[in-house]
Amino acid sequence: MSTSFTSMTVSELQAALADGATSADVTRTYLDRIEAEDGVLGAYLHVDPEAALERAAAVDASGKAGTGLAGIPVALKDVVVTEGIPTTSGSRILEGWKPPYDATVAARLAAAGTVLLGKTNMDEFAMGSSTENSAYGVTRNPWNPERIPGGSSGGSSAAVAGGLAPWAIGTDTGGSIRQPAALTGLVGHKPTYGSVSRYGLIAFSSSLDQAGPMARTVLDAALLHEAIGGHDPLDSTSIDVPVPVLAECARRGAEGDLSGLKVGVVRELGGQGHTDGYEQGVLDRFTEAVALLESMGAEVREVSCPAFDLALPAYYLIAPSEASSNLSRFDGVRYGLRVGDDGNHDLDEVMALTREQGFGAEVKRRIILGTYALSSGYYEAYYGQAQKVRTLISRDFSAAYADVDVLVSPTTPTVAFPLGSRVDDPVAMYAADLCTLPASLAGVPAISVPCGLSDGLPVGFQVMAPALADERCYQVAAALEAAQDAARGSRFLDQLPRRDAEPVGGAA
Amino acid sequence: MSTPSQGQLSRDEVAHLARLARLAVTDEELVLFAGQLAAVLDAVAQVGKAGVEDVPPTTHAVPMTNVMREDVVRPSLPRETVLAGAPAAEDDRFRVPRILQEEA
Repeated sequence: MSTSFTSMTVSELQAALADGATSADVTRTYLDRIEAEDGVLGAYLHVDPEAALERAAAVDASGKAGTGLAGIPVALKDVVVTEGIPTTSGSRILEGWKPPYDATVAARLAAAGTVLLGKTNMDEFAMGSSTENSAYGVTRNPWNPERIPGGSSGGSSAAVAGGLAPWAIGTDTGGSIRQPAALTGLVGHKPTYGSVSRYGLIAFSSSLDQAGPMARTVLDAALLHEAIGGHDPLDSTSIDVPVPVLAECARRGAEGDLSGLKVGVVRELGGQGHTDGYEQGVLDRFTEAVALLESMGAEVREVSCPAFDLALPAYYLIAPSEASSNLSRFDGVRYGLRVGDDGNHDLDEVMALTREQGFGAEVKRRIILGTYALSSGYYEAYYGQAQKVRTLISRDFSAAYADVDVLVSPTTPTVAFPLGSRVDDPVAMYAADLCTLPASLAGVPAISVPCGLSDGLPVGFQVMAPALADERCYQVAAALEAAQDAARGSRFLDQLPRRDAEPVGGAA
Repeated sequence: MSTPSQGQLSRDEVAHLARLARLAVTDEELVLFAGQLAAVLDAVAQVGKAGVEDVPPTTHAVPMTNVMREDVVRPSLPRETVLAGAPAAEDDRFRVPRILQEEA
């Protein structure tokens, strides 16, 4: 019984807890698995087993385990600040920092009775698509340890896919929930911008950053989203609308009736004339999934969104520009690292030495790029132009949604690539976000759900919906998941080798 | 609007930008970044292709302005908790390196 906790969905864990299992048992099983497997995977930056077990025992003692999310373990991406618990955002500049407060996302999960397993690895300040930009080492893909787990939420994706957490929180600025979810066979959802509080997320690009769920099933993702969503007065960009009903939509979607639903296949994201950089296996799985939606009654048509071709250049101007401003707060004064404060250097020099030593290469590149794009003489040609392209992308979405209910595409152009293969080529690395960037720039919700394997590695299917219509993402994703599970006779993640094996250490 | 010059970012320009951004980059980094950023600039300069006459810029996906709340006094974080995270503190304050060139 105890080893199977790590292959259960959260809804199954809820049933087990309601049926007499203790949160302490569940938590210990996960901690054992982390102890055995994380030396290889590198999913976590911080785990405090004693604190987790203490917390689980307290939930058990309260008698609430098994009601709602009480007693369910969870992992948080290290970009989420947690009071008194080390939070680094994957950067040396915050090594050893213990935040003085909780992010709203962390506070809501704590209030729901969840048990924090630990903080997960990530690309430094969420800048990256492979988690190789972490200052604290690489994270490996549970499907193949020589491959990247995606990024920037790659610690969260590896933890959940590898059975080291039942689910996890990620954040998505240009695809950092959806892309790692796709590459590890998970469900990952980027909520409508403004529908999940950003209070206490270490800022990367404030007009784009959004936290969301990464889970083994669509229903689990919906449950986690409901727990963290909703208005927060501490975030001035938080939208004041009721928490959406998502789990119910996931359950209804799983019944497999999509009649009347209009689905638009985006030509610019892997369609005719736009297949450069896409692997054939990814396109094949995508086409099969679209056919499956059609077989469940969906009306499928091709939609053209010409401005999507410019999403990548627009994003890689807007995000670095905002980052160069946001990261100015790391000045070596109020928190984190300070270098060169020996009496011979003034504040300016100490700042420059601190940031030089505290930031990694990709962060420096983006700060320099953002500084350039915002500088006088270049502002209009770069940042200003990118903001106008952003308007064109939003207009393409609006025009498309006048005709269809959801838009679909592959989540990523390729399956997980080998570790090290793109680290020296930023432009190649950025291309991993090709399909996820349009929804980020327009602030609309988008989900990634597995749609099969190519070369033995997971392929993700992206469903995008209009702002505040997140439930459509869950409905369509659940229909696809249920139909594929039925055809396969098992869940997607059950194909992962060794997934149900007893925890053993020292695997290569 | 000027057209961005493509693929041109000299070592000196990178050094200037790094100074503006308070990054004490090394010589090796200057060479590496100049090459990589030139390739990135080539890619992002594609935004110049878009016809954007009369298109307003989008600064934010959600059109909200002036979100107001009641001006209510709330407790702040305890001073010692905040200073505990600082690299240097003195007399209940953040201690900073000297700001002016003269000896303090």
